[in-house]
Amino acid sequence: MSVELTGAEITIRCLQEEGVQCIFGYPGGAVLFIYDELFKQDKVRHILVRHEQAAIHAADGYARSSNHVGVALVTSGPGVTNAVTGIATAYMDSIPMVVISGQVPTNAIGLDAFQEVDTVGITRPCVKHNFLVKDISELAVTIKKAFYIASTGRPGPVLVDIPKDVTQQKAKFEYPNKVSMRSYNPVTKGHTRQIRKAAELILSAKRPMIYAGGGVILSNAASQLTELTQLLNFPCTNTLMGLGGYPATDKQSLGMLGMHGTYEANMAMQYCDVLVAVGARFDDRVIGNPKHFFNENRKIVHIDIDPSSISKRVKVDIPIVGDVLDVLKELTKLLKESKEKPDHTALKEWWKQIDLWRERDCLKFDRDSKIIKPQKVIETLFDVTKGDAFITSDVGQHQMWAAQFYKFDKPRRWINSGGLGTMGFGMPAAMGVQLANPKGKVACITGEASIQMCIQELSTCKQYKLPLKIINLNNRYMGMVRQWQEFFHGNRYAESYMNALPDFVKLAESYGHVGIKIEQPGDVEGALKEAFKRKDQLVFMDFITDQTENVFPMVPGGKGLSEMILV
Amino acid sequence: MENEAGALSRVAGLFSARGYNIESLSVAPTEDPTLSRMTIVTVGSDEVVEQVTKQLNKLIEVVKIIDLNDGSHIERELMLVKVRAAGSSDREEIKRLTEIFRGCIIDVTDKSYTIELTGTSSKLDAFLEAVERSAVLETVRTGASGIGRGEWTLKV
Repeated sequence: MSVELTGAEITIRCLQEEGVQCIFGYPGGAVLFIYDELFKQDKVRHILVRHEQAAIHAADGYARSSNHVGVALVTSGPGVTNAVTGIATAYMDSIPMVVISGQVPTNAIGLDAFQEVDTVGITRPCVKHNFLVKDISELAVTIKKAFYIASTGRPGPVLVDIPKDVTQQKAKFEYPNKVSMRSYNPVTKGHTRQIRKAAELILSAKRPMIYAGGGVILSNAASQLTELTQLLNFPCTNTLMGLGGYPATDKQSLGMLGMHGTYEANMAMQYCDVLVAVGARFDDRVIGNPKHFFNENRKIVHIDIDPSSISKRVKVDIPIVGDVLDVLKELTKLLKESKEKPDHTALKEWWKQIDLWRERDCLKFDRDSKIIKPQKVIETLFDVTKGDAFITSDVGQHQMWAAQFYKFDKPRRWINSGGLGTMGFGMPAAMGVQLANPKGKVACITGEASIQMCIQELSTCKQYKLPLKIINLNNRYMGMVRQWQEFFHGNRYAESYMNALPDFVKLAESYGHVGIKIEQPGDVEGALKEAFKRKDQLVFMDFITDQTENVFPMVPGGKGLSEMILV
Repeated sequence: MENEAGALSRVAGLFSARGYNIESLSVAPTEDPTLSRMTIVTVGSDEVVEQVTKQLNKLIEVVKIIDLNDGSHIERELMLVKVRAAGSSDREEIKRLTEIFRGCIIDVTDKSYTIELTGTSSKLDAFLEAVERSAVLETVRTGASGIGRGEWTLKV
C-alpha cells in the first residue's frame, strides 16, 4: 500500500521520477507548499531567478542545449503573466518544457482573488497543452501527461496549473510508467511509399538543394542529415533555427538562408529543381513572399513531424509526415541500396554555378575599419573559442551577425529566439545552458538594447557562479530598428537611439562580475582571450561598435529570395 | 473530442487566433459521456479547410475529425421561432406554413405562436423568408449538426 502524500510532495516526487535535476523559478503565495517540499529534498536543484520571464528562458536554454525537458515553477497571477513571454518564445521554437504554476485555491477561482488570473486561458494560445488540476487524484497522472506531451511529436511547452489547496490535500502517490491518450498519438515513422517517391525524385535532380531547419536539431538528426548530404554531394543550407544541423565549416554548407541569409543559399533555394525541406516550415523570414518564391520548375519534398507545417505557406509535391531522424534514416538506406546514382555531371555544373554565387562574397565587411566592426567581434569570438562554445543571442542585428559569422559545426550550440524574436532571451537562456553544461564555454551575444530587458539576471549569475561571457555589441541603437528606419522610413530614427545608457562595466562590477570596455579594433582579440581565461567569472564585454553598420544581405519584406539588397 | 472543461474554448480560440470563420458550431456529449461531438460549419478555400483540419487535429483533446463534405451527409438544424399571430387569418396562415415546412407549434398565446422547425440551414432560412418579416418576434437556432450517410460513421 502506498502512503499518502500531499499535492506539494507529489509534485516534487513527480519531478524526481522524471529525472529532473534542475528547475528555474520564483516563489510566491500559491506555490509556498511546493517550495516547502523543494526545501526538504536535494534531488531537484532550484535556481532562483530575478524575474519569471528569465525562469522560462533559462529552462528553455537548458532544454535546447541538453535535449532534456526544461522545467520552471512560478506562482499565480503576476508570476504567470511574467512567464508568458518566455512560454510563447518556447512555443514558437517548439521547445520541450513543463511549466508548473500555482493557482489560488479552488474555492476562490473565479472570485477575483488576490493574485488570481485565468492562467489556462491566458496561456492557451501559446502552449502545446495546458491543465488545471482540480482533483488531487489527477495530479500525478497530469504531470506525467505534461512531460509526455511536451517531449513527443512536435515538442512544446505544457503548463500545469495547481491550486494551492490541491498542494495541501493528500492522496496516494503512484507515478504511472506510461500514459496513453486516445486523442494524442504523434506519428513518428514516415510513410514508406512517400519516402520511396522522394528518393526517386532526389536521384533525378539536376540542381538539388537541402534546406534544413530546427526540426533537425529537435529530433537529434544532425549526423543523419550530414551523412545524407555528403552521400549525395548536395548543397545544404540551414535556417536560423537549424544552425549546427549541418557543419557550417564544411564545403557543402551554403550557410544560413532567408532574410539575412547568404547570396548563394538564397539563389540556390530560388533556382534549384529539387528542394528537400527537412524539419523546416517555409516561414516568412526564410522564403519571403511565397508568390515570389514560387518556381514551376522546382519540385519540393517536405519532411516534418507536424502535418500542419506541410503545405501551409508553400504547396509541396511530396509530403512526408514523420520524425526527421526516422525518415532520414530510411531515406539514406533507400538511396544507398538504389542502383541509380545522383547525376554527377549535372551536379558538377550546379556546384560551378554555386561557386559563382559564392564569389559575390556577400558577407564582406571593412576589415581595416578604425571603428570596431561587430562582424569582426563574432569572427574573433569564433577563433578564440575554436568554434566550440555554446552561443546564445538576443534579438536584432547582433543575432544575425552571430548566425552569419559564428560557424556552428555541432547541433544544440546555437540558442536563440528564432520564432518569437524575444529581446531579453539571451542572458537567461545562457544561464540555463551553463547549468546544463557546467564545463562548457557559454557566450551570450547581445546588444545594449536587448541586454537591458533582462539585465537583473546578472544577480542570478552571481548567486550561482555562472561564468557567462557576455558580448555586448554596443552601437547605441536598437540596430535592427535603425536599419529598417534607414532603408524604409527615410532615415527617421524614431525612438531607436538608446540614450542614457548605463556604464556597463560599473554595472557588471556592482553585481560582483568583471566588466571590460573595448573601444579599439586592436583590443578585441585580447579582451576575448582574457575573458575566456577567467573560467570562474562572468565577464561582461562592452564592445563599442560602428553605429551605422547594417546587416547584409537583406531580403526586404514582401520580396523574394533572389531580390536581395547586397553590400 | 474529450468531454473536458476548456475543450470548447480551445477550438473557438483556434478559429479566432488563426483568422478562420465559424459559421456555426454545435456541441454536446455523445452516448459515451467521456466524449463530446462537435459540428463546425466553416467556409474557406480547400487550402484553408485543409489547414483548419490539421490545426484542429493538433489540439490534444480532439480525438477525430472528419470533413463531412468528403462524402454524402445529412445535416439538420433546430430553430425555435416566435411569431406574432394575432388575427385569425394570420393564425391560419402561419399554421399552414408551419405544416408545409413540417414544423410544429409548441407554444401558443392569444398573440403569438412559437414554432419548432428542423431541417438544413437553408430550409430554416426559407421559412423565415416565407413568414412576413415584421411578424417574426424572436428566433433561436442551434447551428447545424451533421452525420454521414449510410455506413459512414465517425466512431472512436
